Amino acid sequence: MTMNRETLINTILAVAFVAVPVIAMGMNEPFIITLATKVAIFAMAGVGLNLVLGFGGLVSFGHAAFFGIGGYAAGILASHALNYEPIMESPFLIEGTTQMIVIWIVALIVSALVALAIGAITLRTSGVYFIMITLAFAQMIYYFAISWPAYGGEDGLSIYVRNGFPGLNTLDPISFFALCAVMLGIVMLFSAILIRSRFGLALQGARQNPQRMTAVGIAPFRIRLVAFVISAMITALAGALYADLNRFVSPTMLSWHMSGEIMIFVILGGVGRLFGPLAGAALYIILEHLLGSVWEFWQLPLGVLLLIVVLFARGGLVGVLAGERKHA
Amino acid sequence: MFSLFLEQLLNSLQSGLMLFLMASGLTLVFGVMGLINLAHGSLYMVGAFACAAVAAWTGSFWLGLVASLMAAALAGVLVEMFIIRRLYNRDHLDQVLATFALILVFSEGTRWIFGSFPLFLSVPDILTGTVILPGALEYPIFRLAIIIAGLLVAVGLFLLIGKTRLGVRIRAGEADRGMIAALGVNIDRLYTVVFALGAALAGLAGAFVGTTQSVQVGMGEPVLILAFVVIVIGGIGSIKGALIGSLLVGFTDTMGRFLLPHAFATFLDPSSATAIGSALASMLIYIVMALVLFLRPSGLFGTEA
Repeated sequence: MTMNRETLINTILAVAFVAVPVIAMGMNEPFIITLATKVAIFAMAGVGLNLVLGFGGLVSFGHAAFFGIGGYAAGILASHALNYEPIMESPFLIEGTTQMIVIWIVALIVSALVALAIGAITLRTSGVYFIMITLAFAQMIYYFAISWPAYGGEDGLSIYVRNGFPGLNTLDPISFFALCAVMLGIVMLFSAILIRSRFGLALQGARQNPQRMTAVGIAPFRIRLVAFVISAMITALAGALYADLNRFVSPTMLSWHMSGEIMIFVILGGVGRLFGPLAGAALYIILEHLLGSVWEFWQLPLGVLLLIVVLFARGGLVGVLAGERKHA
Repeated sequence: MFSLFLEQLLNSLQSGLMLFLMASGLTLVFGVMGLINLAHGSLYMVGAFACAAVAAWTGSFWLGLVASLMAAALAGVLVEMFIIRRLYNRDHLDQVLATFALILVFSEGTRWIFGSFPLFLSVPDILTGTVILPGALEYPIFRLAIIIAGLLVAVGLFLLIGKTRLGVRIRAGEADRGMIAALGVNIDRLYTVVFALGAALAGLAGAFVGTTQSVQVGMGEPVLILAFVVIVIGGIGSIKGALIGSLLVGFTDTMGRFLLPHAFATFLDPSSATAIGSALASMLIYIVMALVLFLRPSGLFGTEA
């Protein structure tokens, strides 16, 4: 592979992403490590959304649903384990757990099932209908979480001790960062392989010309549904990590602002680019931190900046730096 | 029981009509300009805040109501001329993002100016008190007035779209914008007028609903999402669909919250009946939406998917 400007920028991004928390550890600044962990997790949620949004051309405005499902998988399983209450006793015993690996598997399975149901209905529509209906289904889950009292309702659910991972002290900030960063790396690698595979090409083909895809014998609906499910699973994994980062999960993770933010990570960085979500999440967190420390109403300049990016800088951060338009 | 039922029925009608004021603007803007506008809820909020501020300053609710219409329409004109106009030829993703950014600007700007505490609007003296309806039901006059005002605005909107020259242009714009521009209609001005009309209706709804609840930042967002459900059910671009959809959503939501806990109480203990009933009621309109879409993917009165 030749070293074009985008590859160079991606390399610099990856190096900075790992170097900043390591330097912060040396300077004993755990808060910066936490910010970097947040970047890793948001980037992972963005990688999930980018799969359908960037490569599939499907504007899902409801990915907070999957982010929140991942979060609640962590919260609910941990709360049952910590209270020694089994989730179910008959017909067979299911107990809670504080093992991240088990939590992740549950998050992946539940989000896949929910995405299958939502995708089967929403993917029958397209364009503006798809945007509004994905939003509406996410709101449905949001209101359900608020009005269902068993797991905290509107107040949310605390995870008193961060869940564990074999051979790792997850309470140590740099260890938890390393875990999140490695997971992000795996997800990005998986995503890169997936979009270059036959399946990924078919997905991009279905975006560019669905009629031709149908003509060559590939049903766009099925390809899109599988992509939607995989995308939801990646975002749910990020949600499980986010709940563990905050040791707290609440309906806020399911709210439509969250869907909008995940979309912003993807757009700020550059739609349909592998490193776009990482660049976007990093930029968002840096802006939030810098603007937020100067002015209480930091979302106002953020909104203005986002408007400028949408109206004038359409390739996102990576696109502007790489100096080339990519037709996504 | 009958009077309680009648009260909920009237409340359903009120919420349905307020939804229609929101949804009609959204659906017009989509139908004529092809734009999905998330910031429509912000215009609702602008109307409510303008009403509350002017009513507090002058002591007159009626001046506040005029202010809500004018402030929302003005905000609509400015936003359309400086930002929205650049988005008509963009894809839906850009429209979603730009209007999401506008929400951040509007919400944070309002919080900056008015603070985070909710404002309260008091009902004008002439509309305070209750009336006695059949079944010995005492119903607040103000809510009855909102229902009547909502009905009047709905009739007015149908007359405007159906009987006036502007309405002809709006309908022609929905059918073929290129053609009416070629026939000499100033299309830029038509777009601004349509956007301002939708904004004014949203602002009016904000002022009405703000009086029965409270006026606060973020108040437009739940209503916006309900309005989306309405126009998805009714068919995007159809005013008639927006009216039917609004009433359907208003009734399903209000009656579901009222009846479902009662229904579950017939075979469950009271506390779990309330819990399950209210959780299910909060999901009911989305289930209705999914059903409608399953049967008709482009909504009840939609023309294209």
